[in-house]
Amino acid sequence: MSTDDIPLFATALGETAIMVGFSGILSLVLGLPLGVLLVITHDDGIWRRPIFNRVLATIINGFRSTPFIILLVALIPFTRLIVGTTIGTTAAIVPLTIAATPYYARVAEMSLREVDRGLLEALRALGATRWQIVREALLPEALPGLLSGFTVTLVTLIGASAMAGAVGAGGLGDLAIRYGYQRFETDIMVGVIVVLIVIVSSVQIGGDRLARRLNRRL
Amino acid sequence: MNDVAIVRLESVSRAFGTVVALNDVNLEVQRGEIFGIIGRSGAGKSTLIRTINGLERIDAGRIIVDGSDLSALDEAGLNRVRRKVGMIFQHFNLLSMKTVFENIELPLKLAGQPRDARANAVWQLLDMVGLRDKAGVYPAKLSGGQKQRVGIARALAGKPAILLSDEATSALDPETTLSILRLLKELKGRLGVTIVLITHEMSVIREICDRVAVLDHGQIVEQGAVWEVFGHPRTELTRRLLRTVRPPLPETLLKDLRPQSVEGGRCLLRVDGSGAEHYAAVLALLAAEPAWQTDIVHAEVDRVGGHPVGSVTLSVRSRQDALRELLATAERQSIGLEVLGYVDG
Repeated sequence: MSTDDIPLFATALGETAIMVGFSGILSLVLGLPLGVLLVITHDDGIWRRPIFNRVLATIINGFRSTPFIILLVALIPFTRLIVGTTIGTTAAIVPLTIAATPYYARVAEMSLREVDRGLLEALRALGATRWQIVREALLPEALPGLLSGFTVTLVTLIGASAMAGAVGAGGLGDLAIRYGYQRFETDIMVGVIVVLIVIVSSVQIGGDRLARRLNRRL
Repeated sequence: MNDVAIVRLESVSRAFGTVVALNDVNLEVQRGEIFGIIGRSGAGKSTLIRTINGLERIDAGRIIVDGSDLSALDEAGLNRVRRKVGMIFQHFNLLSMKTVFENIELPLKLAGQPRDARANAVWQLLDMVGLRDKAGVYPAKLSGGQKQRVGIARALAGKPAILLSDEATSALDPETTLSILRLLKELKGRLGVTIVLITHEMSVIREICDRVAVLDHGQIVEQGAVWEVFGHPRTELTRRLLRTVRPPLPETLLKDLRPQSVEGGRCLLRVDGSGAEHYAAVLALLAAEPAWQTDIVHAEVDRVGGHPVGSVTLSVRSRQDALRELLATAERQSIGLEVLGYVDG
């Protein structure tokens, strides 16, 4: 590995950042409401809708049990519909988002379920509407867990984005495969792994710190 | 319709599957009083208090709260009633991610009050419960008693006509319990709020309640003014519950007690002390005749809601004819006098 490789790394890093950044934010925006719906429509939730709950849970499980590499290919027509192309970094954001959204929905569901039922009852006793209960109690109380869950989702996305090379999206994983594996440039492979370790560790440590700072229960 | 009843339950029943939580409960809470509901765990107390603000629906009967028939209301209507009915909880149920100030502010925010008006009200409430210096603190940093004070301030923020207390002192130590009960009593006096509380502790009832209902297996087995129920418990359950606040005769006295008179022995008499002037009257009767050789062996008299409640146990010489006469006299004068048994001289 030489200084000539730095632009190569910079480009790949940028592509990974774009893929993970966009799909991360999108999966948060889409997954959180799904997680809330899973919790409040449950049998012991504040908006019981058992049939809706079961249908939603089944759809989410369906997406979650499909391996990402298959999702990547299977979603090609859908990707074309959404972003107009099926190759490149932008095209990879669609399957990454579709994979991470149900994942985050489940992670969020777990945190939201942890919220003390007594708090929800207290809010009901105060005459809060369902939306007010979600906004004032459910989401704020679950915030540290929701944040930790988002950190885990980002880490998973970084891993999944390595496969996005299959649709020509570039990124660090693609760099490792093309240079490190196919051209036997072991130093590039090692370099990619080191960079990935640094990124994943920083995301994890940063996420944990923020979650701890926001937690008022300590 | 009775105007002073602020809460009325008419033949209220509620079952969970095959478990009957409430069975034909009839109850009236008067405006401005502190009404206690006592029972053992599983008696249906929690269900009962939750029906009053519609957190628990009912299978049969009617509940009228401050003029509104709850069964006729939809969720929006129930929410309007709930804003006029505060509630405090055993485990406080404060939002851990909000400060003390924000917790107390919450009901006002939910009701859509503007920020300025809210802040003013919250500072007043903080002063009322003595926690002005804790405004910016999160609940995790508070003691149990302080948490319940925040709970009380939050419950009163919407200026409710009724405050429901669900075992509010059960997680607190005796001293803190007393301070919370005194605060509730003080607030009742100051704000005129009607308080309905449930508890499994007779001491709570004695400390602050005006009237009490005893709940057992989903049914009200006894109710009345606290001093009356304390003085004349009609059910075994009430007597058992009272034992925690009114110790029974010492074991040493009870173990020698016999049902029949013994020649030359003594008789134990209990004078019921609920109501005024009883003790003096009986003591006067006995003191007038030296042959009784009257002695006091056990006495405890308490004041509940301003009335003396308790009993005095006397030991007298067992004189059968005179005893019958004494009992007849006591009955004529409506003095509660009871022969407990006999002991050897």
